[in-house]
Amino acid sequence: MAQAIPAGQKWWSGGKSPYNVEYGKLMMWFFLMSDAFTFGAFLISYGTIRFSSNSWPDPNAVFRSFPGVRGEMPVPLAFVSLMTFILIMSSVTMVLAVANGHANNKYGVAKWMGWTIVGGLAFLSCQAWEWTHLYHEGAWWGRNPFLNIDGTQSSTNFSNFFFTITGFHGFHVFSGVVINIIMLIMTLKGTFEQRGHYLMIEKAGLYWHFVDLVWVFVFTCFYLF
Amino acid sequence: MSNELTVHGHPGVAAPDIHYEDHEVHHHKETFITKYVFSQDHKMISKQFIITGMVWAILGGLMSVLFRLQLGYPDTAFPFLEDLLGKWAKGGKIQPEFYYALVTMHGTVLVFFVLTGGLSGTFANFLIPLQIGARDMASPFLNMLSYWFFWLASVVMVSSLFVETGPASGGWTSYPPLSALGDASQGSKAGMDLWIISMALFVVSSLLGGLNYISTILNMRTKGMSMTRMPLTIWAILFTAILGVLSFPVLLSGFILLLFDRHAGTSFYLSDIFIASTQKALPNEGGSAILFQHLFWFLGHPEVYIIILPAMGLVSEVMAVNTRKPIFGYMAMVGSLFAITILAFLVWAHHMFVTGLNPFLGSVFVLLTLLIAIPSAIKVFNWITTLWKGNIRFTPAMLFAIGFVSLFISGGLTGIFLGNSTLDIHLHDTYFVIAHFHIVMGVSAFFGMFCGVYHWFPKMYGRYMNNTMAYIHFWVTLVGAYLIFWPMHYEGLAGMPRRYLDYSGWASFNQFGELNRFISTVAMVVFAVQLMFVFNFFYSIFKGRRVTSQNPWGSTTLEWTAPIRPGHGNWPGEIPEVHRWAYDYGKDGRDFIMQTEPIGDHESKH
Repeated sequence: MAQAIPAGQKWWSGGKSPYNVEYGKLMMWFFLMSDAFTFGAFLISYGTIRFSSNSWPDPNAVFRSFPGVRGEMPVPLAFVSLMTFILIMSSVTMVLAVANGHANNKYGVAKWMGWTIVGGLAFLSCQAWEWTHLYHEGAWWGRNPFLNIDGTQSSTNFSNFFFTITGFHGFHVFSGVVINIIMLIMTLKGTFEQRGHYLMIEKAGLYWHFVDLVWVFVFTCFYLF
Repeated sequence: MSNELTVHGHPGVAAPDIHYEDHEVHHHKETFITKYVFSQDHKMISKQFIITGMVWAILGGLMSVLFRLQLGYPDTAFPFLEDLLGKWAKGGKIQPEFYYALVTMHGTVLVFFVLTGGLSGTFANFLIPLQIGARDMASPFLNMLSYWFFWLASVVMVSSLFVETGPASGGWTSYPPLSALGDASQGSKAGMDLWIISMALFVVSSLLGGLNYISTILNMRTKGMSMTRMPLTIWAILFTAILGVLSFPVLLSGFILLLFDRHAGTSFYLSDIFIASTQKALPNEGGSAILFQHLFWFLGHPEVYIIILPAMGLVSEVMAVNTRKPIFGYMAMVGSLFAITILAFLVWAHHMFVTGLNPFLGSVFVLLTLLIAIPSAIKVFNWITTLWKGNIRFTPAMLFAIGFVSLFISGGLTGIFLGNSTLDIHLHDTYFVIAHFHIVMGVSAFFGMFCGVYHWFPKMYGRYMNNTMAYIHFWVTLVGAYLIFWPMHYEGLAGMPRRYLDYSGWASFNQFGELNRFISTVAMVVFAVQLMFVFNFFYSIFKGRRVTSQNPWGSTTLEWTAPIRPGHGNWPGEIPEVHRWAYDYGKDGRDFIMQTEPIGDHESKH
């Protein structure tokens, strides 16, 4: 569908783009604002229900497992810390990909996009493991085995919100990985080299950083509080 | 880095296809499919939107005729209803379940599919590129997708009318627990799922459209078209798109949670309530039905401005053209649109005064709600002042513009009643509310839409609509709208509640039996006249008087510098350059000065 737009292309003689930003980038920013409202609505709903409940399970007690480790870890949140680290590192590699794009370095873009994809897949795998683990512990939509922090029976909403919101975020990561793979293929095919700019990498980068940023909020709301 | 690139990427209208530089038009090959079906031309997409919107409007209007028949004649059986609706009108009387389905679908269809999709989709697509001087939308491909998601949403919504348990029937607001529990009512079963899926597709369509509108307006304006030289139509569409992009996603979140409550056993909106139909308490615990109302109205309130702002923009433009005067207070008009956009996000809880909302919080929302009266009044006074001493041409479009102002005042004033929580407690869920919102956002948005259709029809199809039919359409609709909705205020003040299919059992509302019959009769007449409008529309596409001059209304804006029937790309040759604002009417002894004319040496300031 997309026609290659050469660098410095002017659609008509005279005039200039008022913000000197390409329309697609503007669109991406507005899309991210829109998406921020989607996640905002989810997290505010979560907060509303949680604070209207008498008590809530303690994440430090719930999230204590690590793949390959029998029983519980001596420290809580070890696995999710690793996940968060992986995702943030994938943001760093994305920054490097964008920087290489600015330098018109095809090899560099391909290398760092590759690592970003690896990071995204690693995060998704971690999430898959964690979901499976929680499922085997008896947690799922509509089911919650964990007691409240005060020892009382908990409502199912801890699991409900956890799976819905981390699932929605995971879906975003998945979409990001797909986008990144397409970007990698286009880079390797030399599409951007022909155009003379790596603007698409930048736009994919905006999306990827946004997804990371959302994770920071999701992580804070579900694991730290 | 990328900021040095001046990129106006047009994936669909790719540069190689259209060479206008040498002033000869190469028509690139178009098949029926690419020209009329999967078109990426903004003008064709706008026509797709308006025709789909008209189909929806007829369907939604017909539903209101059906339930008005029931309300006007609760004791009479109409055998033809049974022929038409089968088991839903057993014995020729509309069944209670189906009555709810009718009002639900009437609301959903008209609010979303006609006045959001139909209105914004049509005029944003048609006017943005033509009035700002662009070849097409920023992304014609996404623009096309926006229509086809709308179409898909329409198909799903229509299909919900045919499922065995009937379409959604919990009101256009689809409040849980009713909408979350299949056991609660017939309409809460498959019809509700289809309703949610259709609305989700609609949100996608509106997002794709909105992103395109915003980036086109901000980024694709022609040389000299600064923001403050844009016609008010474009300003209105810009704010509408921003409202949509920021409020629809919240609705989407609400719907996703609702779907989980329906099918995955979650308790987002459900708690341990007792269900009459199953004689059991729900196993759910800890959810809040009020949470859905917050999520819903965070969209729901901006939604009414998504409906009314484009109408305001169209009316402002048409009014300036047909009074031969600059619009009064251009910057105040822009400022008030902006103020309405901001306030739109801060008033949603005024729909929830009787939910047990903390009275102190309620008073905050009362204050914010009443603040909307200020920008609204600014707009109204500016329209009236534009009319003042104008050299008015009473074209059909102009009549609808004036009618819009009349209706907006009438409906807006009752908004001040309802915005006060103390009064709202009495008036909530009565016919007063029905009367208020039908006048202020239903009928007046329709008037804005009609005003736009009559005014820009010559640009869309190169022909005029028939004036005689247009005048009949206007007068019957205006008088009819007041005759329908004015009496409802009295019924509402008397406490008559909405959402009942038969009031004859109530001694206190028996007195309104005659009045209800009167309202129903007028509603049918008005509906018939709308069918005449539809006839006029399609008749004029093929048989209307041909437009012979490029600028038939003597207008200043850019769309009238394009050929009478512009091709894909809008202008042969260069896009015109803009030198002045859009409202130089009656200036220095001249009737109007086009935006493309450079400022003269001795020209006065406006």
